Amino acid sequence: MKYVSEYRDAALVKNVIEEIRRTVTHPWTLMEICGGQTHSIVRHGIDQLLPPEIELVHGPGCPVCVTPLELIDKALSIASRPDVIFCSYGDMLRVPGSSRDLFSVKAQGGDVRVVYSPLDAVTLAQKNPDKQVVFFAIGFETTAPPNVMSVLQARRLGLKNFSILVSHVRVPPAIDAILSSPQNRVQGFLLAGHVNAVMGYWEYPSLAEKFKLPMVVTGFEPLDLVQGILQTVQLLEANQARVANAYQRAVTFEGLKPAQEAINTVFMECDRKWRGIGMIPMSGWGLRPEFDEFNAEKRFAVEAIHAEESPLCIAGQILQGLKKPHHCPAFGKQCTPESPLGATMVSSEGACAAYYRYGRAEELA
Amino acid sequence: MCLGVPGKIIEVYESAGLKMAKVDFGGVFREACLSYVPEAQVGEYCVIHVGFAISLLSEKDALETLELLRQMGSLEEELGEEAR
Ligand code: SF4
Repeated sequence: MKYVSEYRDAALVKNVIEEIRRTVTHPWTLMEICGGQTHSIVRHGIDQLLPPEIELVHGPGCPVCVTPLELIDKALSIASRPDVIFCSYGDMLRVPGSSRDLFSVKAQGGDVRVVYSPLDAVTLAQKNPDKQVVFFAIGFETTAPPNVMSVLQARRLGLKNFSILVSHVRVPPAIDAILSSPQNRVQGFLLAGHVNAVMGYWEYPSLAEKFKLPMVVTGFEPLDLVQGILQTVQLLEANQARVANAYQRAVTFEGLKPAQEAINTVFMECDRKWRGIGMIPMSGWGLRPEFDEFNAEKRFAVEAIHAEESPLCIAGQILQGLKKPHHCPAFGKQCTPESPLGATMVSSEGACAAYYRYGRAEELA
Repeated sequence: MCLGVPGKIIEVYESAGLKMAKVDFGGVFREACLSYVPEAQVGEYCVIHVGFAISLLSEKDALETLELLRQMGSLEEELGEEAR
């Protein structure tokens, strides 16, 4: 693809890294908020190419990793019902609940299906009028527009057998929570470019001002990442607490207005628990009461579930940038992608899985 | 799931009341919903997330950024060691 491949050009990446080297005079700790970026950084070894002054810590932007355990258990309970076709993005299948995962529900005869798009779940509901089709609507701001469209489309088609189990989270309240922690070490943020493609970045200047640090909208290709890091370092060195955009080809200040309107039609802000981190006020989206008939939690009375996390797992601290995966005693031992103890070992966007897959732990040991 | 993938729109049509497109991801073809970028045209690039276009990519901005970053390298060559 014309220019897309050039954003992986190793020579250009080196140029930018040289420029970072020339710019940096202090040690700085930056957080990339998005798990997709964590994956790309570790995969391309960008963290190792950077000058030693710059440390990257990995943020909570992996929807699979932060979906609360109680909700996974609810999903497992709904998916086990004989009248239900349970649809999910593929990465959720191996996420451990308290005692099992969706994959094992499927193995025991549950009708669990992986869909590529939430609209596929709507189509399944059309084709199976005798079944209840439930879609597991998780994610950050990037999957919200597709997920709300499934509800709008189901309403338009008059479907009575479609509902969604919602666990949506938003980036700005997470950044606020991380920076408000007394243990916080993060001095600059790489913002998750695709979240900003949808939402724009008008929500962020007040955060940059409140916590007096720079934030840079950053893309996903190696060149995008090093350019985002360069701009963050430039702002830090110049002592400027503001928001910059290093991903202009995809992101505008206002974002995608029709998508924001659709989200606001279907969702409203609500408190949300993050797996491993805990409750963050107003950090999520849930269905508005007008859409109760599409709310799986209302349709299926799922009794209160008491969920328990593996005592070994330190994913919560990793997701807040306080620890790295190789600091976990279970990493690569009791916990591997084949038998994960925590959600950060499951998704390719989880920091533990990225470190494991690209052999980062041995190098750091 | 969260990794948006850039692709090229090669066909636009309507299905179940929604504006849809056939998108080329470097030889792999998928259907995507264009409801949120209704202005998208055949031949344009966009980022696709779980079957939805969430951003049109601006080729002009992409090329400008590349040019800037290239200049960074040539500047380094021209100024040599003194630039460090
Ligand atoms: S390595 Fe496994 S147990 Fe340790 S923090 Fe990561 S997911 Fe949790």
